[in-house]
Amino acid sequence: MTSLGRRRLLTYLVAAPTLAVATKISLDALAPAIAEGAVPTPPAPADLVDLGDLLILAGAPTAEMLVLRVQEDGVIEFRLPREEVGQGLTTAVAMLVAEELDVPLPRVRVRLDDARPELVFNQLTGSSNSIRSLYDPVRRTAAAARARLLAAAAERWGVIAGSLIVREGLVIAPDGRTASYGSLAAAAASFSRTTVPIAPKKESEHTLVGTPATRIDARAMVTGRQEYTLDLDVPGAKPCMVRRPPTINGTVKLVNNESAVRAMPGVLDVVIIGSGIAVVAETFGQARDAKEALDVTWGAGTVDALSDADIKAKLKAANAPLAVPGVLVKRVDAEFDFAFASHAPLETNSAVADVRPDRAEIWSGLKSPIVAQAAIAKAVGLPVDKVTVHVVQSGGSFGRRLFFDAALEAAVVSKKSGRPVRLMWSRIDDMRHGRMRPATHHKIRATYALGQVLTFEHRVAAVETDFRHGLGDMLTATAASLPTGVGNASFAQTLFLTTVKSPYNFGLTTQVLTEVPLKMHTGSWRSVYSGNTRGAEEIVVDELAAQLGKDPVAFRRAFLKTARQREVLDKVTHEGNWGRSLPEGWAQGVGFHEEYKSCTACLVEIDARDPKKPRVTRAVIAADVGRPINPSGLEAQLLGGLTDAISTTLRAGLHIDKGLPMEGSYSQFHYARQKDSPKDVKIFVMPASDEPGGAGELGVPAAVGAIANAYARATGTKPRSFPVNFDIDFDPFPRT
Amino acid sequence: MPSHTFIVNGKTVTVNAPDDLPLLWALRDLLGVRGPKYGCGIDVCKACTSHLDGEAIRPCVVPVSEATGREVTTIEGLADGDELHPVQQAWLEQDVAQCGYCQPGQIMAAVALLKRKKSLTDADIDEIANVCRCGTYFRIREAIKSAAAKMA
Repeated sequence: MTSLGRRRLLTYLVAAPTLAVATKISLDALAPAIAEGAVPTPPAPADLVDLGDLLILAGAPTAEMLVLRVQEDGVIEFRLPREEVGQGLTTAVAMLVAEELDVPLPRVRVRLDDARPELVFNQLTGSSNSIRSLYDPVRRTAAAARARLLAAAAERWGVIAGSLIVREGLVIAPDGRTASYGSLAAAAASFSRTTVPIAPKKESEHTLVGTPATRIDARAMVTGRQEYTLDLDVPGAKPCMVRRPPTINGTVKLVNNESAVRAMPGVLDVVIIGSGIAVVAETFGQARDAKEALDVTWGAGTVDALSDADIKAKLKAANAPLAVPGVLVKRVDAEFDFAFASHAPLETNSAVADVRPDRAEIWSGLKSPIVAQAAIAKAVGLPVDKVTVHVVQSGGSFGRRLFFDAALEAAVVSKKSGRPVRLMWSRIDDMRHGRMRPATHHKIRATYALGQVLTFEHRVAAVETDFRHGLGDMLTATAASLPTGVGNASFAQTLFLTTVKSPYNFGLTTQVLTEVPLKMHTGSWRSVYSGNTRGAEEIVVDELAAQLGKDPVAFRRAFLKTARQREVLDKVTHEGNWGRSLPEGWAQGVGFHEEYKSCTACLVEIDARDPKKPRVTRAVIAADVGRPINPSGLEAQLLGGLTDAISTTLRAGLHIDKGLPMEGSYSQFHYARQKDSPKDVKIFVMPASDEPGGAGELGVPAAVGAIANAYARATGTKPRSFPVNFDIDFDPFPRT
Repeated sequence: MPSHTFIVNGKTVTVNAPDDLPLLWALRDLLGVRGPKYGCGIDVCKACTSHLDGEAIRPCVVPVSEATGREVTTIEGLADGDELHPVQQAWLEQDVAQCGYCQPGQIMAAVALLKRKKSLTDADIDEIANVCRCGTYFRIREAIKSAAAKMA
């Protein structure tokens, strides 16, 4: 502690965890307020214990190992063991800290923690879990700091701590004397934590939390001062790019012109690594020219023979059979296909590495830095404690930065080249050799009689999702806490079963995942299985309503399980003027989704007069996340989820052709642009009522359903394959 | 190695680089001006959007030689000291940025558009083709409209 300076207060709490999943399981919470006669659906595993609960449980033993520092200038520094990728976590956490300490928000600085292996399972950013897992520990940490500062002031003035008030970081005595937090820091540090009661504020006393705040880094972002990995000034670090194979997981057999490339302007080194050939140069422009000039003999990849049609056929063949016979019952049967989708964060995969014989230092956007640190240490032959891994705020993720491949490559190149490097993936490589949301095939059968849905079966086949970034280990560690029937499932099955559930009383409801293992670079993509799975279900809900002669909203209202869900649906139908008349070729659509103790409804209007060029023109979204921390940040997440849904439902996907995605640019992978986005978006955040639920991925599935349903109604079609407009409308870049 | 002298954000600079080195890398790697971001290198994502003599360009496809004797403005040069440009201010008011990576380019594109047209329609804003992978488009639209109203 002395190394941190005498006049600083360090709060480093290691308390017994008080969170336990078991206390959160409440069947009462699900008490079905059932529409008259609806056939109740018993709770699914995800209703009892969701993935977020498991992550909180896995992280619980180290949940309170948070570091908060009060500096003598009054600045509060909070070290956050998570990654910020645009989701607004640093702002929300700063708000929690400022609230407890009664300081203005700008006085709180949030620094992303380096990899801290002692945190074990408590440094993974994903599954919409950060606020859920940090809400209590952050408040307790800040409350402890406040209590100690007050105790120090009370002792200095010989008054009781309860008589003191705090205003904007200034402690005020009953007689008007004041002391700043900064001036009390050193004295406060000497108090034993056992002598100071620690109680976060009552939520009813919150004045900042729950009100909209602009991102704490917004000014840095609009002035160009926000630093991403490749903006860091690491002395001597040289630009590096990698030439990658013509098919996924292809290998380097021979470099035929290495000496010629070494002689090119600016080239400093050429290094063969597992994933290709790295070129180190004075500028990225030169590194790019040199890697493109390499003449390489390549070995085969792992899926060279496979194209979209083969993969689709494999998925369809692998999908589990339906259990309910389709004869003699009224039913909706539907099959859906979803294409691969690139994460495509705007900042491509990148890392800076400085590997020396006795130590290494890495900088990268990492959502799973502890696992990255261990893998890098192994790859460069150093003990873990000699590898410092800095987590850098990054330019988007959507699940991508759970993987640390760029950091690993940069470390290996730096070691082999004997110099620090700044490694950057090209956009083409990022789309073709990066991670993808796996393609999926869906088979759904819903049966009904006398106006009630009796069964709802959903069989999902997906190309295997790679969870080897630490999440799998967390699930293993918490397996004993899983409800009966989940304990023996694979990682993927567990993840599926703890995230996917139906919000409706549709009688006997089953959702089953079958994975097809293909050696491709897959990964969780914002909303993981739910975007496709629940999106497809929302389409079937509309088709069920149509067959039963019901309005889609009225139908949902009748079958949703809780009043809370219906309030969210009512909000969008009221605010969105559901049922208003629209010209020919336009239509409204609605979707609903619930996950991680939050729920949302989305209503969109689409202009599909030209079915090949549809545009979502208007969107109304409502969300109940239990307890919003920063409504502005929450609305931003829902807006992002909407744009993701517009993109992947209507136009954005990857075609696989003989072992490689064809798309290599945003001109080919059609993520939405301004011209594809609605001109009118209204987002409503429901008032706080409970503890915070997850929100980072929440927006995608409901919007997928709403957009597909609006498109179906506007065009009179039944969309079954997504994205709906998926022509190869470009000339692919050469393979390598 | 050819030498190129031009103005970046009000300062005269000289770099030694091949004529065809994209201006983006001259700025980022040789001059340490890192507001303009790489996102594709082929004028598709437009994350690097900056101004050359006041007009929007994508430095990833402009050779450094073309900048010779001219004035380059990047996001770092947009504010007047601590005083933000009205477009930057509108970005703060609308809390536009999420990851922020594309926003320097979005802002520079919006500023260039507002230079060309004082009164903007939704169709004008639709023409800004800069990719925002976080999907902040609606807030961008609102921020541009708000800035346009204040600048009118």
